[in-house]
Amino acid sequence: MKTIDDSQQHAHLTTPTRLTGAEILWATLVGEGVTDVFGYPGGAILPVYDALRKFPIHHVLVRHEQGAAHMADGYARASGKVGVAIATSGPGATNLVTGIATAMLDSIPIVCITGQVSSKVLGTDAFQEVDITGVTLPVTKHNFLVTRAEDIAPAVRKAFQIAASGRPGPVLVDITKDAQQATALFDFEAAKPAAYKPHPMLHVADKALDEAAALILNAKRPVILAGHGVMQSGAMEQLRTLAERTETPVAVTLLGIGGFPASHPLNVGMMGMHGEAWVNHAIQEADLLIACGMRFDDRVIGTPSTYAVNAKKIHIEVDPSEINKNIKADVALIGDLKEVLDQLLPRIPKRDGAAWLKTVEASKGAIAVRDIKNLPDSGHLYAAHVMHDLWRITGGNAIVATDVGQHQMWEAQYFHHEHPCTLITSGGLGTMGFALPAAIGAKVACPDKEVWVVAGDGGFQMTAAELATIVQEKLKINIAIINNGYLGMVRQWQEFFYEKNYEATPLVSPDFVKLADAHGIRGLAVHTRADLATAVDEARNHKGAFLLNFMVEQEDSVYPMIPAGSALHEMIRRPGQNPLIESAED
Amino acid sequence: MLHTFVIYVEDRPGVLTRVASLFRRLNINIESVTVGHSERKDLSRITVVCESTSEAGNRIRASLYKLENVVEVDDIAKAPAVTRELALIKVRVTPESRSRVFELAEVFRARIVDLAPESLMIEITGVESKIEGLIEVLNEVENCVLEICRSGKMTMRRGQHTSSVEHAMNVGLANQPHAN
Repeated sequence: MKTIDDSQQHAHLTTPTRLTGAEILWATLVGEGVTDVFGYPGGAILPVYDALRKFPIHHVLVRHEQGAAHMADGYARASGKVGVAIATSGPGATNLVTGIATAMLDSIPIVCITGQVSSKVLGTDAFQEVDITGVTLPVTKHNFLVTRAEDIAPAVRKAFQIAASGRPGPVLVDITKDAQQATALFDFEAAKPAAYKPHPMLHVADKALDEAAALILNAKRPVILAGHGVMQSGAMEQLRTLAERTETPVAVTLLGIGGFPASHPLNVGMMGMHGEAWVNHAIQEADLLIACGMRFDDRVIGTPSTYAVNAKKIHIEVDPSEINKNIKADVALIGDLKEVLDQLLPRIPKRDGAAWLKTVEASKGAIAVRDIKNLPDSGHLYAAHVMHDLWRITGGNAIVATDVGQHQMWEAQYFHHEHPCTLITSGGLGTMGFALPAAIGAKVACPDKEVWVVAGDGGFQMTAAELATIVQEKLKINIAIINNGYLGMVRQWQEFFYEKNYEATPLVSPDFVKLADAHGIRGLAVHTRADLATAVDEARNHKGAFLLNFMVEQEDSVYPMIPAGSALHEMIRRPGQNPLIESAED
Repeated sequence: MLHTFVIYVEDRPGVLTRVASLFRRLNINIESVTVGHSERKDLSRITVVCESTSEAGNRIRASLYKLENVVEVDDIAKAPAVTRELALIKVRVTPESRSRVFELAEVFRARIVDLAPESLMIEITGVESKIEGLIEVLNEVENCVLEICRSGKMTMRRGQHTSSVEHAMNVGLANQPHAN
C-alpha cells in the first residue's frame, strides 16, 4: 500500500506544476476521480508506467488487453463511474478493439489510454506502430491523437466528459511516447473542457408531452418497454411511478434488467427473441408502447413490419439518431429519460389498468412453461436449475456477469434481478469472453458485493487467462461454468435452422476444475441437481475465488425462441405435452 | 432523393475522415464533397451531396451531430438554394479549331484562363447541367477535351436568414422556420 499524504498528493491539482506528460496523465486521472485502472505495459507506454508509483491509483495487470477493456467496462457498469483501460501501441492497442466495440454497442463510458510511437516516426510503420485512432474511429464515441505533453490534460479531461455525457460510450486517447516524456505546465483547472453541449436535436415539446399523456390516458392495452436508459439516466423511481400510477405492465430489454425490480407485480419480464411468450404476446396485442430508454434493437422487435402493428409508439430516447431508425415513433420525446419523465408525470393522473393486467396475467398462466421446481429430475442437470438456484441462494442480490449464448438467456430468464446494475452482460455486440474480465472490473468497483461469473464452456476459454488476474488481485469471485460440451447457442440454431448439422460446435474443453487448481483457485464439478445447492454454498463460503463446473444437459435449448426475421408472436415453444405452470411461491 | 448537407466542422486533422466515414458506414455513396474555409474562424464548411431515402435525412443529420468535431448541420434537401460548381477544362486546339472553342466558351459564359500553343484551359462556373453541356459540346464538336477538374457542388440557402450560420453563431432562430 502506498502512503501518500493527502494534501501532498492533490497539491498538483490546485497549483500549476511542471510535470512530464506521463505524470500529467496520472495527475489528470486522479483529478477525474480515478482510483483503479486496468492495463498492460509495453514499450510505447513505459514512461506512463514509470510514473505510476507517484500517484494514488491502483493498477490491475491483465493477461490480455481485451480483458483490460472488458474490466473497465464491467467497472463502469457496476459503479456508474468511467472505467479506464491502458495499453501500449500496436498489438496492445488492437487487442483493446473488441472491448471498445462492446462498450460502444452497449453505451458504456470507458476511457482507453494507448501509448503510441514517437511523433517523429508517426506514419512510418515503426515498430509496434498501428493507426489506432483510425482503427477505432467507428467503434468509439470519439478519439484523440496527442503528440504534445501540454495537450494531454485537456484531451483526457475532454475524453471523460464525452464518455459520460449524453448517450455514454468509449473514448480513446492515443499518446505518443515523446509527449509522455516531454514536460509541460500542468494546470488541472485550465484543462477543464468547455461546458457540455447537449445534442442540438434534443426536443421535448409541450405539445408532444400533451400528446403522450393523452395517448397514455386513452390506451386500453399499454405496455412500458424499459431499456438500459432507465439505469443510465437514473430514472428508476420515475419509471416505477409511471407504471404504478397508470397500472401498466413493464417489459424489460436484456440490458434493462434490474432497472425495474423483478419481484414487482407489474414487471412481466424480458421481451424479445428469448423473452417470455406472454410478454411478446402482450406487446403484439398492445395499443400503446411507451418505450423508455431503449432502441428497438432487432433482437427485440423481430421483423419491423410485423411489430406491434396496432400500437401507437411513444419513444423516449436521449439519442436523436435512434428515433424512427427501426420503428416509427408516433410521439418522440428526445431527451434524458429522467428529465422527460419528470416533465411527463405531472400530466398523468391515476389510471385504472386492471382489465388489461388481468388479460396479460391470464395469458401468462395459460402458456407459462417453466417451473424449475417441477421439472422432472431425470438425473440430469439443467442450466435453468443452476440459474434458478443461484438466484434463490444469493437472494437475487449478487452481481452476475454473463458471457454470451444460451447461459446468458437462461440467466436473464431464471435469475430475477431486483437491483439496478446487477446484471452485467454484453447485449449489443454479443461478445463471448466478456464475463470473466467484466466480473473482475465489477469486483474491483464493488469489493463488498457478491460477484458471480456465469459463462459457457466456449466463451470462458476465450478469456480464461484472466483467472491469473483474479489470483494476483486476490479477488473473491465465484465462477459458474455452464458446461454442455457445445457452443450451445450456435448448436441450437443448427438444430432449428440447419437440420442438426452440428458443424464445429462440439467442443473439447480442459478440466476446468484442474485449470482452476493450476491457478490456485478452488474448484468443484457438479453433475446432479442434488449436489447443486451445497456446491453453491461451498463456493460462497470459501474465502477465495471458487470455480464450479456445472456439467449440464448437453442438447438443451432456450425457449421460447423467435427465429431471426420472424414476427414476435411466431415463436418456437418448448416441445412436449406437459407445459409446466409457474408456481406461485416463486 | 438527393440530399445536400452543409456541415460546419472544426478545422483540424482527421475531421473529414470522420464525416466521410459516417456516410461509408451507412453504405451511402457520396456524389460530391467540397471543403473549404467558412466565414467563421477555425471552422470549415463541408458540402456533401448524396443519394438516400427521404427518411434517412434526419438520421444522417442526427448522426453527424454526434461527431465531436461537428458544430452545425443543415440538410438543404429541396429548400430554395443556390448551387454552383466550378470546372477547369483543358482542351487540345489547333490554329484552325481555336476560334471555334472560343466561340463555344463565349456561349457558355466561360473564360479562357490559359493559352498554350496546342491547348487552352477553360474555367466555367454554374449548375451541373451547364458544365456538362459545355463538356458535351466540346467532345461532340471538337473531340478535344484533355482533362477535367470539377470542384463538386457548393450550396447556400437563399435569403438572408435561412443559413445555418445564424444558428452556429447563436443568433436567435426562434422566428424563422427551419425548412424540413
